[in-house]
Amino acid sequence: MTTPLLSVRNLVIEFPNRHGPLTAVDGVSFDLEAGEILGVVGESGAGKSLTGSAIIGLLDPPGRIASGEIHLKGERIDNLRPEDMRVIRGRRIGMVFQDPLTSLNPLYTIAEQLIETIRTHLRLSEREARQRAIGLLDDVGIPAASRRIDDYPHQFSVGMRQRVVIALALAAEPELVIADEPTTALDVSVQAQIIDVLKEQCTQHGASVILITHDMGVIAETADRVAVMYSGRIAEIGPVREIIKNAKHPYTSGLMGSIPTLAQEEDRLVQIPGAMPRLSDIPPGCAFNPRCEHAFDKCRVERPVLIPVDNREVACWLYEDAEASEAAR
Amino acid sequence: MLAYVIRRVFQSIFVLLMVGLVAFSMFRFVGDPVENLLGQERTQADIERVREQLGLNDSFPVQYLKFLGNAFQGNLGVSYRQGRPVSEIIAERAPATLELAGVSALLAVVFGVGLGVFTAIRRDGFMANFIMTTSLIGVSLPTFLIGILLIYIFAVELGWLPSFGRGETVKIGWWSTGFLTESGLKAIILPAITLGLYQMTLIMRLVRAEMLEVLRTDYIKFARARGLSTRAINFGHALKNTLVPVITVTGLQIGSIIAFAIITETVFQWPGVGLLFINAIQFVDIPVMAAYLMLISVMFVMINLIVDLLYFAIDPRLSADASARGH
Amino acid sequence: MEAVSNFLASDLFYRFRKSPVAVVAFIVTALLVLSAVFAPLIAPQNPFDPGSLNLMNGFSKPGEPNQFTGETFMLGTDDQGRDVFSTILYGLRISLFVGFSAVLFAMVLGSVLGLIAGYTGGRTDTIIMRIADIQLTFPAILVALLIFGIAKGITPPSYRNEVAIWVLILAIGLSDWVQFARVVRGATLVERNKEYVQAAKLIGRKPMAIMLKHILPNTLGPVLVIATISLALAIIAEATLSFLGVGAPPTQPSLGTLIRIGQGFLFSGEYWILLYPAMTLLALALSVNLLGDWLRDALNPKLK
Repeated sequence: MTTPLLSVRNLVIEFPNRHGPLTAVDGVSFDLEAGEILGVVGESGAGKSLTGSAIIGLLDPPGRIASGEIHLKGERIDNLRPEDMRVIRGRRIGMVFQDPLTSLNPLYTIAEQLIETIRTHLRLSEREARQRAIGLLDDVGIPAASRRIDDYPHQFSVGMRQRVVIALALAAEPELVIADEPTTALDVSVQAQIIDVLKEQCTQHGASVILITHDMGVIAETADRVAVMYSGRIAEIGPVREIIKNAKHPYTSGLMGSIPTLAQEEDRLVQIPGAMPRLSDIPPGCAFNPRCEHAFDKCRVERPVLIPVDNREVACWLYEDAEASEAAR
Repeated sequence: MLAYVIRRVFQSIFVLLMVGLVAFSMFRFVGDPVENLLGQERTQADIERVREQLGLNDSFPVQYLKFLGNAFQGNLGVSYRQGRPVSEIIAERAPATLELAGVSALLAVVFGVGLGVFTAIRRDGFMANFIMTTSLIGVSLPTFLIGILLIYIFAVELGWLPSFGRGETVKIGWWSTGFLTESGLKAIILPAITLGLYQMTLIMRLVRAEMLEVLRTDYIKFARARGLSTRAINFGHALKNTLVPVITVTGLQIGSIIAFAIITETVFQWPGVGLLFINAIQFVDIPVMAAYLMLISVMFVMINLIVDLLYFAIDPRLSADASARGH
Repeated sequence: MEAVSNFLASDLFYRFRKSPVAVVAFIVTALLVLSAVFAPLIAPQNPFDPGSLNLMNGFSKPGEPNQFTGETFMLGTDDQGRDVFSTILYGLRISLFVGFSAVLFAMVLGSVLGLIAGYTGGRTDTIIMRIADIQLTFPAILVALLIFGIAKGITPPSYRNEVAIWVLILAIGLSDWVQFARVVRGATLVERNKEYVQAAKLIGRKPMAIMLKHILPNTLGPVLVIATISLALAIIAEATLSFLGVGAPPTQPSLGTLIRIGQGFLFSGEYWILLYPAMTLLALALSVNLLGDWLRDALNPKLK
């Protein structure tokens, strides 16, 4: 077994509060192999973005990593000194944010921002860096890159700006790119293009991807594996095909049912009754139990662990026996 | 872009005309100009003569226009109190105020921006908190109190610096400067600090607030995510974005320094136009009041205009938007 | 009572309790206000009743018995034999009276204008806002000075001292109405676009009363913050104007006037005539300012 590119173990992220700390991410664990695209999907507030921010070391205070470990190619990175983490950022881990309209500094040209990033991490001359920058813009599909590179961000359309953001994220050839809702702020027509660019360029530049989104459709198109998050925990994690075909966790099946497809025969989309609990109100046991139609006593008392079933892992007591039978084989 | 400039210029002219109207109304309706010029012993013939001289028998709009015309040419009337042309008095005292304002502005900007950046970057340090608390006191303290305090400490108790006046001055052409004598330099220190302190505090808090805002933006976060050095982020990206809006406000602040000089000049008996204005109010010397008002307004309006246009020039978004709808 | 207990349990009060700065500032302010209100009861003498003064008491040092009369004054006396402690109390009265009145005036004027501007819209709105913008180009102190100067010119000399206080309130209030107007105008505009207003107009009724019911709660928070900060500014403005000699006259002195008088005695050594009024002003300005600052941060939704 080769060391996975990224390994997150029992990550817990807390926010201090007057009545006691609120746990926004509660014991999340997963691995990411090189060359893989892992989707992280869930509702707003499920803890996906926080997990991404924690991995790259940009968790906004007062949020903090309370416990857990993050390893990049076997080396621990969650407890590094700020200066050491800074070296990793950009060079080994890149990040793409949600809103292209605010991700770029309006007072600097694209050239300046790209060249600065490149020269921070790679020893290149101004001219070499500029060449490289133009190449990157070409890669992400900016037409007339050598001319447009000297433009300011506001002179690009929203979609173009997001491409520039992707170019910036890949500028120093990182091993891992975390894309936090990269298409949420874009028009539907542009979303597909951007996702394609992201997938293509990351593969080409040899970067693995963690794709954070609340849009299951995007995951279906792009990711190899997916982790479904709910209330700061992973509900189900495994290969995308498997999970979509045959979701095991009641929450995941609910999510699948809420995706409109042309082939659908029913008139109404399935809606999961209720809402994800607030951080201060997470029920004991399984966080999903109040909304789950299959819930039974154990669900309300004991928090489920990830149980391997059918090529993936599910955090649900419905499959407790499955674990036992798997172990018996 | 051009349209904007033209519009702004017209706006400015409009404001100046309004101010001119107020000044003129003061002249005309507050107190009796005739009485002020003639004094107790006067005959009906005298009154008629002066009325004709002052053009008081013309209609209101005509008088107003004449007034503006005169003002434009530098004829601002004659002081009731001193009996001399107002323009002469003002020219005499302007250098004092201008020098004071200049030094104060310099202090305010240099320390304001410097400390603002420092307290934004070192947000939670002891020094930063100390400076912030002291600055709060600086903002709460009335300027005159600061002046008096400084006088008490440095002039009365320590005797290092003079407590009033401008010291010896040297005349270069029509400008009298205090910078070329030792007593002149010593005399300007306390007043400049007093005048500049309030502005410095404001600028500092503004720069700090703006920089903290900027440091919270997505593009700064993205810059961090790209692994840029702290120095590049703070001084390359954040500072530039901070200063752009700060420049506008700072410019306006600098303008108000000349107005606030009134207070400092009173505390230190500094012979500038501010003190002149206060005395004019005491004695209801309308011509001087009106003239001061108009000059200050012209200055303010011009500064506002310049700052607005400057802002336009600096922010690429604004200038480019006007010329090209980008893709 | 329920409102009180609601308030005591609220987030706002919690943050107040937790902030030593806010609590101290509040206590100091309250102390000063109470002293001013009860001045006639607390002050050992009424310093502005010429009959109660004894010139021989002049220039007494604080805490020491006067060499001529043997009377002791806690904070000393000035050149006329006025007890400094008493002058401070009475001066505080004037300062606070002018301050509060000016803010009240500004608040009412600003709110009314804001309401009119927001509700009527069109020309009226533009005119009012234009005036506001023009006025904002100039520092408040200048506007106040101008108004004072004009008023002085219009008033016959014999009345000048009497009306000085009212002119002061007018001047300071007029220089400060804009912020209130803006807030109220904003809230009015928001309400005006709501459906119940259109509905009321359709059936021919004036929606103003209902609008007010909605506008008031929305503006209460911001107006409160603006008012507190305006109070601090008004107090300082009044002190400054009085210090400059264009404010409260020596017959009805405020703290600013006292400081002006005191400055004259600085070099001759009777420091107490200046020091104690100055310290009082400092305490007042500082605590109101701190309170206003704290309030603004506490009510700022962005910082929560």
